[in-house]
Amino acid sequence: MNINATLLVQALSFAFLIWFTVKFIWPPLNRAIDERNKRIADGLAAAERGKAALVEAERKGESAMKEARERASGVLGDSEKRGAQIVEEARNEAKAEADRLVAAAREQIASELAKAKTELREQVAALAVAGAEKILQREVDARAHADMLGKLKAQL
Amino acid sequence: MAAQADITPTDYITHHLTNLRVTVGEGGFWTLNLDSIIMGWAVGLVGLGLIWMVARGATAGVPGRLQSFIEMFFEFVDGTVRDVFPGSRAFLGPLALTIFTWVFMMNLMDLIPIDWVALGSEVVNHHILGNPSHSAYWKAVPSTDLNTTFAMSFSVLFLIIFFSFKAKGAGGFVHELFTAPFGANPLLWIPNFGLNVIELLAKPVSLGMRLFGNMYAGELIFMLLGLLGMLAGLTVGGLLAGGAGILFTWAWAVFHILIILLQAFIFMVLSVVYIAMAQEHH
Repeated sequence: MNINATLLVQALSFAFLIWFTVKFIWPPLNRAIDERNKRIADGLAAAERGKAALVEAERKGESAMKEARERASGVLGDSEKRGAQIVEEARNEAKAEADRLVAAAREQIASELAKAKTELREQVAALAVAGAEKILQREVDARAHADMLGKLKAQL
Repeated sequence: MAAQADITPTDYITHHLTNLRVTVGEGGFWTLNLDSIIMGWAVGLVGLGLIWMVARGATAGVPGRLQSFIEMFFEFVDGTVRDVFPGSRAFLGPLALTIFTWVFMMNLMDLIPIDWVALGSEVVNHHILGNPSHSAYWKAVPSTDLNTTFAMSFSVLFLIIFFSFKAKGAGGFVHELFTAPFGANPLLWIPNFGLNVIELLAKPVSLGMRLFGNMYAGELIFMLLGLLGMLAGLTVGGLLAGGAGILFTWAWAVFHILIILLQAFIFMVLSVVYIAMAQEHH
């Protein structure tokens, strides 16, 4: 174990190796690790933000759903009401129409009846006159007996 | 060459404990342990090169398995430094990474069986390079060489002083050398200074000696267990010795995994602690 000039050479070797590490090894490794750490930190922050956004979106979706449900039920109620109303209106209209038709029919029947009655009366009067003529064997002066005929018509 | 019959235990141990030396100039101090230098460079380049390759292609996106592993290691080192030093880690971080990686890679060579290393060095020296001598020294673990560990720990001392200057200025540093810890009374300047010098020097010496001692002792135990293998033979005692050698070597290697990691970690943490302390004001 004698100390000799090897010491100087080894010191130079050591110095060279230190220089090499300072210059070429440490900086790139340090940079890569720092950059990855930063990326990981960014990623974690982004994930955190994403999670918050997800919660927010879920909350929004929930409220939108609730609103839609409320609106749908409102629409449904309205339409049911409206439907009932329409049915009611239709029923009323139909009833009115039916009433109107029935009334018209009655009126017509009544007028027909009156007409038939009038016709009948005329004919009865004529028949009566004709009958009387036959009985009297002569002509009845319609004008002369108009009074009587009128009474007869009124009796019928 | 454990395989050769004419080798004594002393030869075996000595061989494994000797560096491959080359003298430059007048010799003496001017000698280089080629194996420590070459192995130090090789494992440093392999270890840091692997990390560099990953770092170069590092993406901030989903990392691959290798990148994940390197990043785990990076964050372990970064976290350790952060616990000790609250300031900027632009230099202390890479310093800690370098220390841990390099020391660990050097220590890892301790797990290569020593006889394989010896065999490899003989093959290279004798058969490839054509050197007539069979005996080629090659210590595969640079951290069992005090030169390597002291080179690192005294570099750390240099950094301690550098960062002290940076944090306190030259005046502040000198002021603290003479006035801490006892006080500013001129009578206390000499004791203060003496204590501070001892404290400063104790740091790199303990740092370097600890790593060297642990690795050297670990290597030595592998060698002693290897000697058991030399006794192996087709006798009852020989079989026992061989079996014990294999078993204990295996057990020690498993335990050694812990030691090499621990020593790398200790060297890294203490270096960072010392440099962090140097920036504090007393």
